[in-house]
Amino acid sequence: MRIKIHVWRQKSADDKGRMESHDLDGLTPDMSFLEMLDCLNEKLTVEGAEPVAFDHDCREGVCGSCSMVVNGEAHGPRRETTTCQLYMRSFEDGAEIFVEPFRAAAFPIVRDLVVDRSAFDRIIQAGGYISNHSGPKPEPNSIPIEPIVQEAALDAASCIGCGACVAACPNGSAMLFTSAKVSHLGLMPQGQTERYDRVESMVNQMEEEGFGSCRNYAECEAQCPKGISIAFIGRMNADYLKSQLVQPDDRRGKMHAQ
Amino acid sequence: MTRFSKFYASSIGKKFIAAVTGLVLFGFLAGHVAGNLKVYTGADHVMVDGAEDAINVPHIDQYGHFLRVVGEPLVPKLFVLWGARVVLLLSVVLHIMVVVQLSMKSAEARPVDYVKSKKAAASWAARYMMVSGLIVLAFIIFHLLHFTAGVIVIGDFEEGKVYNNLRSSFRNPIVAIGYVVVMAMLAFHMYHGVWSLFQTLGLDNPDRNRFLRAFAIVASVGIAAGLASVPLAFLTGMLPDLGEYPSYLLEK
Repeated sequence: MRIKIHVWRQKSADDKGRMESHDLDGLTPDMSFLEMLDCLNEKLTVEGAEPVAFDHDCREGVCGSCSMVVNGEAHGPRRETTTCQLYMRSFEDGAEIFVEPFRAAAFPIVRDLVVDRSAFDRIIQAGGYISNHSGPKPEPNSIPIEPIVQEAALDAASCIGCGACVAACPNGSAMLFTSAKVSHLGLMPQGQTERYDRVESMVNQMEEEGFGSCRNYAECEAQCPKGISIAFIGRMNADYLKSQLVQPDDRRGKMHAQ
Repeated sequence: MTRFSKFYASSIGKKFIAAVTGLVLFGFLAGHVAGNLKVYTGADHVMVDGAEDAINVPHIDQYGHFLRVVGEPLVPKLFVLWGARVVLLLSVVLHIMVVVQLSMKSAEARPVDYVKSKKAAASWAARYMMVSGLIVLAFIIFHLLHFTAGVIVIGDFEEGKVYNNLRSSFRNPIVAIGYVVVMAMLAFHMYHGVWSLFQTLGLDNPDRNRFLRAFAIVASVGIAAGLASVPLAFLTGMLPDLGEYPSYLLEK
């Protein structure tokens, strides 16, 4: 199998960057997309050129490291699939493939296809925790949770934080990521203590990082490798509005009768 | 106040304002189309002393008069009308203001586009909200100058004579077709907007999603079709000439 690959090359954050084209031959349809990039890098190394830098780790679709836009879609054309789980059989022999880094102001490019996604870490730090006692381990079933609620929380928790939602969004918005993180704790009884503070802090941090606003395109949901639903964005909107408009500001103030 | 300014500073806060003002404008349009359909119910035939034939007082003119005097005697004439106008104007201004601010923020958040870009889900209506919105805004300005203020006069214009004003303008094919085209843009804008506002307000969820999306389609197509039917009905001559009548008859 042979392909023509156009890949983004950028030496550093300050470099202007450009697309570079290569012909690759001798691939097999059973290679993963990253193995194809490994082949490209081998070829480049043999030729004495710099290999293409890209993020990868587990290569089994759970770590959220791989971060590239393939033919205009985050993680490529297969739905609910990370780039590492995308196989060359998804492309035709002789295909032209465009590989670009995730594009967003909040995700500055480090080199080639590697972007800095620490903005996500700071959003998690802002509210991705619960308050719990640190004493002896509680009996596992001491807090009853409806199975359907558990499942919904797990749907949100399946977010691997790869940033595809931001890359897919024409506005560079991080609403899907933030809403998944807000919801996976906010749905569970253990997460109720900070429920409204959490949504406020995490949304504020999201704004501060310079992500764009949500226009309800649903591109994020379509390109999310975990298929996380924009239903969580709606849920976060509801919780945020409640935190700002309904939750009392002055909880201990005095009142008078008429 | 700090609470409000914090809320306004966030994109969800601004989206909330866009959604609520959008809902107000949507409600207005629903009322507008209901009012407009009165052109189809014809007129009351009034016998005036000294006249041989009955004089037609169109229902839509009576409805227009009602909008001017509604609330009397609790509040003076025109009070309710101007109250509604202020709310609507404020809604339009806020709607545009927050959307422009959000768009500027979003453009900064995504400064570089992909060499090869592909949309996996976004509808055309969603992607061209700014274009459809600008066309509707330009139309609102024209429309107010045309039928409300009477600054742009096409055919004849006399304040309060709604039916005759409509008829004399929409007998002109360019005006009638122009109105119909803009109503298609309005439907396009509402198709995304009406569903989107529920999502922004956190009122959509998987249980209601199908219903809300269907509602948005029915509402946007229904309202635009109702509004567009009036110029078409006048253009095709479906609606007759009801003749002139003295204004004092509206007071009765």
